[in-house]
Amino acid sequence: MDVLVHGVLDAVRLLATGDEDTWSITALTLRISLTATAIALLLGVPAGAGLALGRFRGRRIMLAAANTGMGLPPVVVGLFVTVLLWRSGPLGELGLLYTPTAMVIAQAGIATPVVAALTAAALQQVDPDFVVQMRALGATRPRALAALLAEARLPLLAAGMAGFGAVVSEVGAAQMVGGNIEGQTRVLTTAAVLATSRGEFSLAIAFGILLLAIAFAVNLAVTIVQQRQTVRR
Amino acid sequence: MRRALVALIAVLTALMAGCGGSSATNSSGGAAANGSLILATTTSTQDSGLLDDLLPVFTKDTGWTVKTLAVGSGQALELGRRGEADVLLVHSPAAEKAFMAEGKAGQRRLVMHNDFVIVGPADDPARIKGMDSVDAMKKIAAAPAVFISRGDDSGTNAKEKDIWAKAGITPKGAWYQATGQGMGATLRVADQKAGYTLSDRATYLAQRDTLKLQILSEGDPSLLNVYHVIEMTTKAGSRVQPDAAKAFADWIVSPAIQQRIGEFGKAKFGQPLFTPDAGKDEASLGG
Repeated sequence: MDVLVHGVLDAVRLLATGDEDTWSITALTLRISLTATAIALLLGVPAGAGLALGRFRGRRIMLAAANTGMGLPPVVVGLFVTVLLWRSGPLGELGLLYTPTAMVIAQAGIATPVVAALTAAALQQVDPDFVVQMRALGATRPRALAALLAEARLPLLAAGMAGFGAVVSEVGAAQMVGGNIEGQTRVLTTAAVLATSRGEFSLAIAFGILLLAIAFAVNLAVTIVQQRQTVRR
Repeated sequence: MRRALVALIAVLTALMAGCGGSSATNSSGGAAANGSLILATTTSTQDSGLLDDLLPVFTKDTGWTVKTLAVGSGQALELGRRGEADVLLVHSPAAEKAFMAEGKAGQRRLVMHNDFVIVGPADDPARIKGMDSVDAMKKIAAAPAVFISRGDDSGTNAKEKDIWAKAGITPKGAWYQATGQGMGATLRVADQKAGYTLSDRATYLAQRDTLKLQILSEGDPSLLNVYHVIEMTTKAGSRVQPDAAKAFADWIVSPAIQQRIGEFGKAKFGQPLFTPDAGKDEASLGG
């Protein structure tokens, strides 16, 4: 208990004094996880829309696969991406392993199924006749789709938040494909693990607090946008 | 509502652009100097803080940036074998000799040593204090008292197995537990379970303040922990960078850096954590 109290106090002091390494680790964490989430939205929203609205064979199986993918273990994704990016692997010549880019790839792989599955669920909640009605009113197909996405924007924002939450907190893939290299691929989760194994508990707790803080800040920003929309409606 | 969506997409696009831009400057910054090399090494060199002390100097001296993978010696050798690392800094001499015989590595040179210690709870339930390592392990197994093993084929794990073999014991049972983690994490588990474990002295000293464990057996010659640097060649994989490996190996055995290794830890722990050995005769270390 003592350690925890001291840890939190030390953590506050560390954050207040603005330790440069701590801030650069935090900035890198945000950059990687937000980029991965953005990619996941770009891939996952259309995929989810296709799964919700499409009429093709194997749709249910793919939907089930996307739902299963929401629970994809980060280490499994990490291992898969590592093998692909090995120097001796199929994409080895790109030299991407142990770079932030590799971490973005892995984290996008973790978040995309989350976004796709939640998007599909969100769009299926909208009245199934919505698109038909829009089309009947003379809307082009893309416009009808845009209107549908707008109609389901609140759950779509939730999908983005869930994707971000999944990647900013994971450690397995970040460790495996990033290598926890100081100044290059060390993010808050892997830094916390290292600090713990070095016995630097207050530092580890400081990283934990920062992780919570940025997750909260990002979600707060999105929630404010979301709620403002609800009120205006 | 459309405005909000448009704004959100704009923000995301800006973030991605920002990320792409800055990561591009990162990589070109490295390339402008001398590229980056991959060093596979043991958890003890990272957990003790030695690498944090040395690597910035290496980058300043040579222009190479280093990607350090701190894993067990067994995994470090495997990364070398697969051509995933350019240079190795490891401490598992028997495994290293077998590895050298495979012919994928270039030069292997002596760098430094410290020693292993058997640590355990202060009340020492198995009564091993002051014994040599083999007798101590016999007593722990006979008690039996909780022993926490790395269990990860690291250099420390290899040394531990070696001592069990000398004691004629096959450790098995509820008292013998493997963590599969690095030295720092394993010390922590041993501390919490009031068990014994084998640790390199550097990692133990670096973490002593946060542990209740004490050194109970130390000093016999078989507990020496010897580190070598191994350069990989393109025989291990076409993307290995032998010039980078040579730059690192030459640098770490150079007199100035050897002196720095010998100084490391003096200020903080009152004693050096490693003894520099470059150029010494292997036999003089008995390991």
